[in-house]
Formats: sequence, C-alpha cells, structure tokens
Amino acid sequence: MESRIRIFLLRSALITLGAFVLGGCAGRQVAVSSDDEPEAVIQPEVSRREIKPAKIDTEDFEIGAYYGIKSVEDFETNAVYGVRLAYHVSENFFVEGTYGRTDVGKTSFEKLSGGAPLLTSSQRKYSYYDLSAGYNLLPGEIFIGKNHAFSVALYVLAGVGNTNFADDDNFTFVIGSGYRMLLVDWLAMHLGVRDHMFNSDLLGKSKVTHNIEMTLGLTVFF
Amino acid sequence: MSRPIFLIVLTFLCLSAAAYGKSGRTVVIADPYIELHTGPGSGYPIFHVADRGEQLTVTRRRTNWFKVITDDDKQGWVNADQLTRTLDLDGEPTRIRKSVRGDYLERNIEVGFQLGDFDGANAISAYAAYLFTGNLSVELWGTDLSGNFSSGWMTNINLVHQPYPDWFVSPYFVLGTGIVHIEPKATLVQADTRTDQEAHVGFGLRTYLSERFLIRAEYRSYVVFTKRDSNEEVNEWKAGFAFFF
Repeated sequence: MESRIRIFLLRSALITLGAFVLGGCAGRQVAVSSDDEPEAVIQPEVSRREIKPAKIDTEDFEIGAYYGIKSVEDFETNAVYGVRLAYHVSENFFVEGTYGRTDVGKTSFEKLSGGAPLLTSSQRKYSYYDLSAGYNLLPGEIFIGKNHAFSVALYVLAGVGNTNFADDDNFTFVIGSGYRMLLVDWLAMHLGVRDHMFNSDLLGKSKVTHNIEMTLGLTVFF
Repeated sequence: MSRPIFLIVLTFLCLSAAAYGKSGRTVVIADPYIELHTGPGSGYPIFHVADRGEQLTVTRRRTNWFKVITDDDKQGWVNADQLTRTLDLDGEPTRIRKSVRGDYLERNIEVGFQLGDFDGANAISAYAAYLFTGNLSVELWGTDLSGNFSSGWMTNINLVHQPYPDWFVSPYFVLGTGIVHIEPKATLVQADTRTDQEAHVGFGLRTYLSERFLIRAEYRSYVVFTKRDSNEEVNEWKAGFAFFF
C-alpha cells in the first residue's frame, strides 16, 4: 500500500515535471520566435513587365502611276501617263491628286486641208493636274479560280484642276470612276475612266471640250 | 550538313517565317465574339467570327480598320470599335487612336484644298498649316489662277489667329504676304507678264466635320504692289475642305 502511494506520488511528480519542462520549452520557443525580426514570406525578385505595344503600321496613303489612252477633243487619241497620290480620310472618302501628260495629234481640218498646222509641236504637249474627292461606292470581292479572292471597290470622284495645252492654262473640271482591286494588302490595281472638261477657244469658237481618258494603274499603300 | 545543324536552321527558318507572317500587336478578344470582314470597310462581308479568349495578331491599319490574323491563320479586317473591346497581353484594354473632335482641337498639322474666285479668275489652292496653339498658326499657300484672259499663280505665307477654337463654327483672322504672278492668255495679243508682291488680310470660318475632316471658307482682300502708278486691290472668296494629323 505504502509503495503504491509512493508510486502514485512519484508519477504525479514526474508528470508535473514533464509538464513544466514541456511548458518551459514551449515558452522558450515562443520567446525565440518573438525575438527574430518578422520577415516577408516571399521576396519577389521579378520586376514588373514593361510591355511596349508594337506599333501598328497605318497605311492611309496611296501612291502610284498609270498609263492609258486619252482622247483630246478635236486632237485625236494618244497615250497618256501620270502619277497619282491619294489619302484615305475614312473608309468611304478619299482625296487624290493626279498629274498626267500626253501629246496631241492633228485636227481633221489640218489633215484634210493640208494647210499650215494650227499648233507648233511644243504646243501639242498637253499636261494636267487635278485635285479630287472620291467616294468608295460599291465594295465587294471578286474570285479568280477556286482559291483566290480579291477585295475590290468601285469609286466615283469629282474635282477641279488645270490643263496646260497650246501654251494656255485652262481651269478644268474632272469627273470619273475607277475600279480598285487589292492584289495584296499593300498593292492595288486601278482601272479608271475620267473626263476632263474645260472651255477652249482654240478652234475659233469657245466651247466646253470633253477629254476622256482610260487608264490602268498600280498603287502602293504606305 | 549534320542533323542538329539542319534542325536548328529549319527551326530558325520556321520561326522567322512565323515572325514575318505575324509581326504586329497581339490582343485577346474580350467580347463574346469579333467579326472579321474580307476588306477594310463595313460594306465588305463578314466571313469569320472569332470567339472570346482567342488571340489575334494586328498587322496593319487602314483608316479605322485593322488587318488581323487569328490563331488558325484566318486573315480579315476588324473595325476599330470592335478592336477597342479586346485586351492586350497585360489584360489592359487595347488602346487605339481614333480621330474625334478632341483630336481636332489638339491638332498640330492641317492640310487642305480650296476652290475660289480671285478677281474673276478661278483659283485652286492647297495649303499646309502648323498650329503653335489652338489660337495661333502659320500657313503656307500655293494657288493656281486661271481666268478667261489670263492665268498665273500665287504663293503666300499667313499668320492666322483663331480667337475661339472650341466654338462649333469658329471664326479666324488672316494676315499675310506673298507673290502673285499673272500672264495673259496666248490667244490674246498683249503680252504683259508680271510678278508682284502682295499683302492681304482676311476673315474666315472653320468647322469640324467628322473623323479627320474639317471645312473652312474665307474672304481675303489683297493689295498688289504693282510697278505702275497705283496699287491694285483684289478680292478673293474661297471655300474648301481640309484634314488634320
């Protein structure tokens, strides 16, 4: 009996001691961790990505050249060539400037009468420029074969300009229409018809002359 | 060629081809879908619809239309309104410059054409203007004159003051000088070609139309300093359109 009590006391003493030891350790642990500086859990070493978005190539200008035939009223039909610069202001509207040259032939009168020519050869040089506003009227697509589709547009334009012919400058109205076909995104083919109208008194009486041209051109967007 | 080198060269070629075909800005579609047109205009038909989450590569811009290439290599044109509802790779909305009235008020360069009447002769003009502020600008003009009896050209430089640039129809005042060259028509016998200096004042109105367009009309009063006894006074009326950058 006595030994049982002794064992019981010894056990309780051991348990108390163990509890003290454990408690002391725990207390020390708490003390240790509270001594240290609080550190951030993760130190990021990656700086923020600075993305500079790539610039998108804006292509609203169109430059090119054309070649075709031009009928100058009373003065035969001859080859015409020129250059063209256009600026697309919106998807529908554009403005364009053209400059073209041709050499005119002889009037029927000069040929039939066989008399003195009306104009010298330098006066037979015909050049013009015009500034026009255009409108893309009929957009669409054409298909060539099974695998190729091209964007096209029919446009109309009207403008004013100047025609230098027979040593005179003539104020000129121009109306026209064209068919633009995008061969690739930056290259277009133009098929155009234009009428340049101006007042002329070269053959004695003042009248409005119509000078119609048909041209085929290539332009590059930039 | 040994096999590894061959493979490296092949990879490089593929990468450069991919880079060439798809150089541009990459965006992610945030709307439920985005419509691809066959051409740069609303009249061109929609041939493909790309879904939310798909990546697009934007390669070029024409007015307010953007050429895009989808992941599965479909190529089409997307309107600016739809492209602004995409996200860039940071998750930020794609920012696109679109011309609005605010850009008009902050423009620096203006280019335009006008048609008018210069003392009975038709006058076709082109000009370029640089705006220092919304109020003050300097302009360079070239004018082609063609009348019934004479033709010529004129070039001048102007200082333009626009007191209220934010008014819907905004008045402005012109002060300038230049050179005017007149030559009579060849069919008339008299040949008195002359080149004189001129000075002018003017008044005009300018209004923003839409996108990059504006219209303006003005009146100018010229004094041409001739070599004769008296100076010549000439009135000019003209109107036209312009666009800005």
